[in-house]
Amino acid sequence: MMRPTRTFRVLEPYLYLLPTLIGLALFSAGAVAVSFLMSFTHWDIITTPEWIWLENYITLWQSDLFWEVVWNTVYFILLAVPLSVVASLALALAANTTLKGIVFFRTAYFLPVVSSMIAVALVWSWIYNPEYGLLNYLLDLFFGIRGPAWLDSTSWALPAMVIVTVWKGLGYSMVIFLAGLQNIPQDLYHAATIDGAGVWKKFRHITLPMLSPTTFFVIVITLINSFQVFEQTYVLTKGGPANSTLTMSYYIYQNAFQFFQMGKAAALSYVLFAAIFVVTLIQFRIQKRWVFYG
Amino acid sequence: MARRIRTIARYILLTAIGAVMVGPFLWMVSTSMMDQQDIFRVPPQWIPRQIHLKNYRAIMEVLPLGTLLLNSFTIAICATIGQLCSCSLAAYAFARMKFRGNTVLYFVLLATMMIPAQVTMIPVFLIMKFLGLIDTLYALIVPAFFGGAFGTFLLRQFYATIPTDLEDAARMDGCGKFRILWSIVLPLSKPALATLALFTFMTYWNDLLGPVIYLSSVENATLTMGLANLQSGVMVTRYDLLMAGSVLSVLPILLLLIIGQRWFVKGIATTGLKE
Repeated sequence: MMRPTRTFRVLEPYLYLLPTLIGLALFSAGAVAVSFLMSFTHWDIITTPEWIWLENYITLWQSDLFWEVVWNTVYFILLAVPLSVVASLALALAANTTLKGIVFFRTAYFLPVVSSMIAVALVWSWIYNPEYGLLNYLLDLFFGIRGPAWLDSTSWALPAMVIVTVWKGLGYSMVIFLAGLQNIPQDLYHAATIDGAGVWKKFRHITLPMLSPTTFFVIVITLINSFQVFEQTYVLTKGGPANSTLTMSYYIYQNAFQFFQMGKAAALSYVLFAAIFVVTLIQFRIQKRWVFYG
Repeated sequence: MARRIRTIARYILLTAIGAVMVGPFLWMVSTSMMDQQDIFRVPPQWIPRQIHLKNYRAIMEVLPLGTLLLNSFTIAICATIGQLCSCSLAAYAFARMKFRGNTVLYFVLLATMMIPAQVTMIPVFLIMKFLGLIDTLYALIVPAFFGGAFGTFLLRQFYATIPTDLEDAARMDGCGKFRILWSIVLPLSKPALATLALFTFMTYWNDLLGPVIYLSSVENATLTMGLANLQSGVMVTRYDLLMAGSVLSVLPILLLLIIGQRWFVKGIATTGLKE
């Protein structure tokens, strides 16, 4: 058998990494760099790009629509993230049991996660139908409330999208929380029981602190995803009514692939990137104050 | 007795949550089998008064369902193969080989998870345009063959848990690195590979943004695109048809979930705990 040469032994790892390195260079690093340069140009994809320095950013800063989009995105996040974290933790607590058939329940809770957003959004648009939809019927039946026009209402369309998004993602965060819950040593609970601690005390002083690394992870992931909400908007509202659900990532898509304003879209995508980066950085900074690594 | 009551209460709670999580899907199935008149009734009909399958037949007339399904399957399966090949190779290098820049490169790869798709989508579109792949399935498949942070991370974490004894023995016998990967590491990594395969298939099957950007002609459209177009077109109130289409899009994934429940859960749990 031929012995591998020295050169081969040095180069071998990079051979395994070749596809990844090409992908990294072209589709990640390269794309990020090109996007950055593009954000300083005016370009309609057909004619030659024109270098305009910071004009895209300045125009955005002065545009009312941009600030409306920023607000919509922030509003979406402020509603979706806390709701999603609290609800998925509650779900995980409910499903954290060894009762017979629990796997069946967990699988059922996971169904929205694996389904396509388009199918999910379509059925919710039907549920939200003001006249014949299920939701307003149930609101009337149980609470005697006349439900709003949901997706056609400027004040309810965004919350309606939040509900769909949170509902779809619950199962995912639930599984992460479940793994975290099952990692908490049971002795802690036994000891607390002997000391006479009740259910709430155990939750407050054992579960929450021991779970905080998991909670931190779930918050980071949910936040990053909430910044990028796209498909719900595409299917449910297309940003309407009256731009009330126009969030950043849909606005970028519109500018790039409907208005062909590539430079403006690139500038917007950098604003989004910067926002995600800063928020994630802040999270890692303040985690030291509340995350407990036992 | 108190224990018994608590068990029953827990089941009631679990069922109530289940109703919220699965209810919309049951409603989807039920609507898909209703007559058009039965849909617009107050109060809503929970169960179709008469089961109709005609919506499924009708949707085949408005949508080129065969083509859409074939395209969705082709993209999802090819992308899954691409991710399995490229990620398992990269993960092996990261887990088992010493080379300059190992840690830095791994960190850079993981950091790409933070880049929003919106930043890269325009340049990647231009690359595809340059390569002449716009409005071909390749535009969606090709990037899957060039690695990915999630898949590499998942497999590297798994490889790290495999004891090296077998590999050491194989090396003594003069086995090359690729041979070791192929006949020892990969067979032992079946659970992790299954997880990655499920996630990749699901991601590409459900994807809407990618197809919407890259594909335009009817013969290249995917099922998600077909549904989106149906809804934004003239069919906006034909919930019977829209629900029938939605059922068809969820069905393959539901099968995968039932078969692979275990691996889905494992995959997510790994990413959650080892951050």
